[in-house]
Amino acid sequence: MLGPVNYLFWVGSFLLEVYIVVSSFFRKEFLRYFSFNLYMLSVALVNCGQYYCIRKFGFSSMSYAYFFYYTEFLLVLLMFGVIIQLYYEVFRERRVNWHITGATLVLILATGIFSYVVVRQNETRLTTRFVLVLNQNLHFVALAFTYVLWGVMAKLRQTRTRLVQLVLALGISYSGTAVTFALRNLFPAVPMNALRLLPPLFGTWLPLAWAYTFTMVPEGARLEISPAVAGER
Amino acid sequence: MIAALICVVSLVVFFQFFVCYCRLVIAASRRSELSERVREITGIAGRTVPAEDFERLLQFVNLCPERGADGARIRAVGTYYNLLRSVERVARRMTPPAVTWIERERQNCSYFAAVNLDRRMSYSRGVFGQRAEGGV
Repeated sequence: MLGPVNYLFWVGSFLLEVYIVVSSFFRKEFLRYFSFNLYMLSVALVNCGQYYCIRKFGFSSMSYAYFFYYTEFLLVLLMFGVIIQLYYEVFRERRVNWHITGATLVLILATGIFSYVVVRQNETRLTTRFVLVLNQNLHFVALAFTYVLWGVMAKLRQTRTRLVQLVLALGISYSGTAVTFALRNLFPAVPMNALRLLPPLFGTWLPLAWAYTFTMVPEGARLEISPAVAGER
Repeated sequence: MIAALICVVSLVVFFQFFVCYCRLVIAASRRSELSERVREITGIAGRTVPAEDFERLLQFVNLCPERGADGARIRAVGTYYNLLRSVERVARRMTPPAVTWIERERQNCSYFAAVNLDRRMSYSRGVFGQRAEGGV
């Protein structure tokens, strides 16, 4: 069963996700940050779906487990859209949009083909464990792309505060989620309770950090130090 | 094997992102000047705040009403401060030169706490002022 803390995280993250979409609409930035809004809207809808599944089938049911892992898989794919937009933003002033578009198409195709091949090979045993492994790998790939993006930003001495904070918040969320999935995969015998708080924690962190960034950090704000300096000792 | 590798790499990357995020948040606060009111309450004189004052300042911060979503940043920096303190204990024995850097980072954490206390106090005064005006 879920405790009050889980519900608190759940409701909190849902409200923050809705807030990000609605506030961007009022700031007239809905289309400018379309992939962010699409992702946040999808996460909010998935939250509603998860709530429905828990009410109808129960938290320990297979229906909920499948719903959780498969929607997580879809959300990671949507998150690739966000990462791609962040790459566009970083390279905006460098006029290399064509290369990013090409790389994006290759990335989406590669992800699609990889997922199709894996699913086809495991058609007869589409178990929760398989979905767990697939999710773990996809989260790790997304984390790798975020890390490369961070490296590029540091190299280019990117100082746009909003962009830097969005990427860092994403990196924290993805690395935390990848660790959680890997731990679950490594220790399947450990009861879920031990790791139960981690996914909602990282699930709330991202909308919280993004909500703060979109609300408090103006579009034109610049850092006095570059991200490279922030990582320097 | 792959899961273990992913776990370790993700953990390392997580800490790297976390430290960068905290340092960025702290660096942004260095631009703010502390008001006379906060200096009076906390007893801070210059631009450097003693590292040990962090917890005391955090208690003051927690007494003021939350301003927007700043709670998450304050908690993140609080975790970073505790992490630094733990690393400092180890560094004292193994790499003494690193202690100076850690001490400076902890001082910056304290300054961040003081800036947030200042912001929350201004926010509270604004809210109470509005309420008082509304009451009149």
